[in-house]
Amino acid sequence: MSAHGHSNALIPERAARRLGPVSMRRRGFIAAGLLVACVLPFMLPSYMLFQLTMVMAYALALLGLNLLTGFNGQISLGHGAFFALGAYAAAMLIELAGWPYWATLPAAALLGGVVGYLFGRPALKLDGVYLALATFALGVVTPQLLKYKGLEPWTGGSQGIVLDKPDAPFGLPLNADQWLYFFGLAVVLLMFLVAHNLLRGAIGQSLIAVRDHPIAAEAMGIDKARVKSITFGISALYTSVGGALSAVAVQFVAPDSFTVFLSISLLVGAVVGGLSSLSGALYGAVFIQFVPAFAEQVSKAAPWAVYGAILLVLMLVWPTGVAGGVARLQSWITSRSTS
Amino acid sequence: MINPFVLGLAFTLALASGSAAAQKKYDPGATDTEIRIGQTMPYSGPASIYGEVGKTQAAYFKMVNEQGGINGRQIKFLSLDDGYSPPKTVEGVRKLVEQEQVLLLYGMFGTATNTAVHRYVNAKKVPHLLLLTGASKWNDPAKNPWSMSFFPDYPSEARVYAQNILETKPNAKIAVLYQNDDYGRDYLQGFKQGLGAKTKTMIVAEASYEVTDPMVDSQLVQLQASGADVLVSFSTAKAAIQTLRKVHGSGWKPTHYMAQGAALIGAVFNPAGPEKAVGVISTAYAKDPNDKQWETDAAYLDWLAFMKKYRPEGDLRLGSNVYAYSSARLMVDILRACGDNLTRANVLKQAASIKAVQLPMFLPGVVVSSGPQDYRLIRSLQPVTFDGKRWNKLGDFVTVF
Amino acid sequence: MNAFVSQLLAGLATGGIYASLALALVVIYRSTHHVNFAQGEMAMFATFITALLIEAGWPYWAAFFATLVIAFAMGAVIEALLIRRLRTAPVLSIVVVFVALLVILHSLAGWLFGYAIRPFPSPFAETSWYGGSLLSPHQVGAIAVTFLMLALVYVFFRFSPLGLCMRATAENPVSSRLVGVRVNRMLALGWGLAGAIGAVAGMMIAPVVFLDVHMMSGVLLYAFAAAVLGGIGSAPGAVAGGFIVGVLENMLGTYVVGPELKLSVALVLIIGVLVVRPDGLFGKAVVVRV
Repeated sequence: MSAHGHSNALIPERAARRLGPVSMRRRGFIAAGLLVACVLPFMLPSYMLFQLTMVMAYALALLGLNLLTGFNGQISLGHGAFFALGAYAAAMLIELAGWPYWATLPAAALLGGVVGYLFGRPALKLDGVYLALATFALGVVTPQLLKYKGLEPWTGGSQGIVLDKPDAPFGLPLNADQWLYFFGLAVVLLMFLVAHNLLRGAIGQSLIAVRDHPIAAEAMGIDKARVKSITFGISALYTSVGGALSAVAVQFVAPDSFTVFLSISLLVGAVVGGLSSLSGALYGAVFIQFVPAFAEQVSKAAPWAVYGAILLVLMLVWPTGVAGGVARLQSWITSRSTS
Repeated sequence: MINPFVLGLAFTLALASGSAAAQKKYDPGATDTEIRIGQTMPYSGPASIYGEVGKTQAAYFKMVNEQGGINGRQIKFLSLDDGYSPPKTVEGVRKLVEQEQVLLLYGMFGTATNTAVHRYVNAKKVPHLLLLTGASKWNDPAKNPWSMSFFPDYPSEARVYAQNILETKPNAKIAVLYQNDDYGRDYLQGFKQGLGAKTKTMIVAEASYEVTDPMVDSQLVQLQASGADVLVSFSTAKAAIQTLRKVHGSGWKPTHYMAQGAALIGAVFNPAGPEKAVGVISTAYAKDPNDKQWETDAAYLDWLAFMKKYRPEGDLRLGSNVYAYSSARLMVDILRACGDNLTRANVLKQAASIKAVQLPMFLPGVVVSSGPQDYRLIRSLQPVTFDGKRWNKLGDFVTVF
Repeated sequence: MNAFVSQLLAGLATGGIYASLALALVVIYRSTHHVNFAQGEMAMFATFITALLIEAGWPYWAAFFATLVIAFAMGAVIEALLIRRLRTAPVLSIVVVFVALLVILHSLAGWLFGYAIRPFPSPFAETSWYGGSLLSPHQVGAIAVTFLMLALVYVFFRFSPLGLCMRATAENPVSSRLVGVRVNRMLALGWGLAGAIGAVAGMMIAPVVFLDVHMMSGVLLYAFAAAVLGGIGSAPGAVAGGFIVGVLENMLGTYVVGPELKLSVALVLIIGVLVVRPDGLFGKAVVVRV
């Protein structure tokens, strides 16, 4: 994007600092959070567990989007396409090939990674507004492609594919919703851990370098094209896994579930949650899942106007997202306690 | 020896509790004072125009409540927005069943959305009634006994058109415009079934459009170029209006068959210009609210009064409002017939044993009935044709199979 | 042959729709370097206002010009109250604000105006004087109006001092302020202009497509593609892009892949062009100082 008054980067560089080794206090928070997360399934009703499992699926999707937009500075208005890819891959493998549900997640990951990389290769030549168009186009055509008559025997056409919910294995005393929740939790933990290590390693540093100082990075020998396409691949991989998890939770896939509005929602969630921050993915997922229903309670007549208004307020108050706001709150608390 | 007094008391108690048990039976969602009905509807998103149905249904229930409720119980109607997105439908339905504890689900819209939840509701044995979708899959009492739709199914309607063409124009060349989703495709499939062996020879052109497409001109140009003399359009309101306008302007004069959902005087023909719709053939089972022949009809006047009092902001041109009114009335009738036995099983039983009800806003002669083996509530359709002012009958009622 | 010509003309007619909205997108881009995703909804909202005025009895042209003023004001106010505060915010936050605007306008329109479909009057004659029935007089008139707007925009940006100030503001607000350009005013002006152009686009589109809340939802992608294809900073490019996209889509849908895949193929082609010519067909390469 051209120079015009504010930063070239899609997010302020300040945020990159937060990616150091995880502090003790932070570890404490995470452990406490995990404990709460493990206890919840025994306290909440089943349908709320379903909602939380959806939050996990969106968190994975947003993590993927975050990697691309926040940490690598590219833009995507069409990540719903990768979400749909993972969801349909899972559904087709379960329904047509009889795979067990847990095996579909790695398959979705592989597929997402490959397709993302292949899309990223030509797309990396585009920047800013042009990449926005290309990805927006991807998001718009996704439902059409899913409905395409030629693919109907596999995709179920407009009617979609119905799945069964898996039961807890090994005769564990959990109902299907509880089991899926724990399964999702395990997947999310694993994927977040991998992302955290990835970002601290060589690949992660090249990602961020390409975002912040592309010319300097190239001068230092980083292959910008390769980094960008690999990032696209990893990003699509994560979002695909999120899609697969969502398919198993909802037990249904249809083209109507993956419209361009999903892609836009994912972007909104990523930005609201806080780009270039792993916790941002979680905040964003909670936003996507719960705020529309909340808005409906506030106003039955124009709920999306309320949603939009909430969005506006959040952007005006916290342009760097909730994670940015939380970070500021944390540093304010620490400065208070040390003064 | 047992004290006769104690015996008598025990006997009386047993009798009392036995008959009390026989008198009132409740499943979650029903109490002495309340019946909870749940629904998800597309109040937002591309199908938001159908949200009007939900609003009119809510207004009808409000009216019933003001008139004393159903057997003294007030209706609590919980209608959530699902934006026509199946994951949101699943979420909404689960919330309604598990948290809000509704007695039944009623009048939900859309094939994909209802498909997303039908396994769940059948597993949970929650009545899933009077759905607003014409897909043929909803008449399946063997596999999905708890799901029942309230729409003459699309393929049956399409077969009526096919039959009509075979009888009146056996050498016609047919061009088909259809919406590219389960609505349009279901119709197309039924139409082809109706034409049978002559499908390949009679259909000379097919063109689809997406509901998000701004215009259908290109498809119409293509269809006209095929030389067809019959046009069949399986579309919804917007595309239908554009079709009427474009076909009239282009000088092409095919015989035009139009799917019932779009064949409305107020919502479609008037915006396009009623003279452009002269000769359109469709089928009907209800009274078109903008058809002047019903102007003095008692049922129409009742409906109008209802809309003015309980839905003043409602658009009187929409067929949805007639449909919603009739469907809500039927739902109330079903619940009334349950009496004090408000178990889910009984609600389903009453819904599956409706005996020839003539709903007031339905055409005289179109009766609603159901049986445990056949859930299709509306079984006859009246082919009609438009003369610029009103719908005229085109032959007799057709019983759909 | 006749069918081919009809398809071509139908493509030009649809292309005209895309071109007019693309023009509004380009005006905002030239004055603020943002792509306003809410442009379509703003145009739809403005068209509804016109419809209400006409229903209230106003004559067409009075309603038309009144709406232009209202749409201009709406655009300027949105810029002043919202976008200005986000001047230093990250680009994606601004994108999200556009999404929020889109959602708010769409929802408000549904609530205020209802979801039914209305006819919208056209200022052009009903029947054509040139005898043909391939393009209605309105479609011809709408294309003419698009070209007129293009001419006005082009002349404005290229030759007028105000246009120069606006371009300077977009390129380099700091320097512009230093030479005395009222940056805030220029930005508001840019948004107001785009709002007015969008309103005209809406009023030209509505008679053909019919007015409802979803009128512009399907057009946004095409207008965006048209603007980018033509070169996001170029007004003539946007209009050319619009016609190209319209004709391309029609031809692909009729002769090559059928209507179900035409969108996908059209977009693949457009993106292919962009990969080869990254600045669009008529855009100028922007050289950025490191």
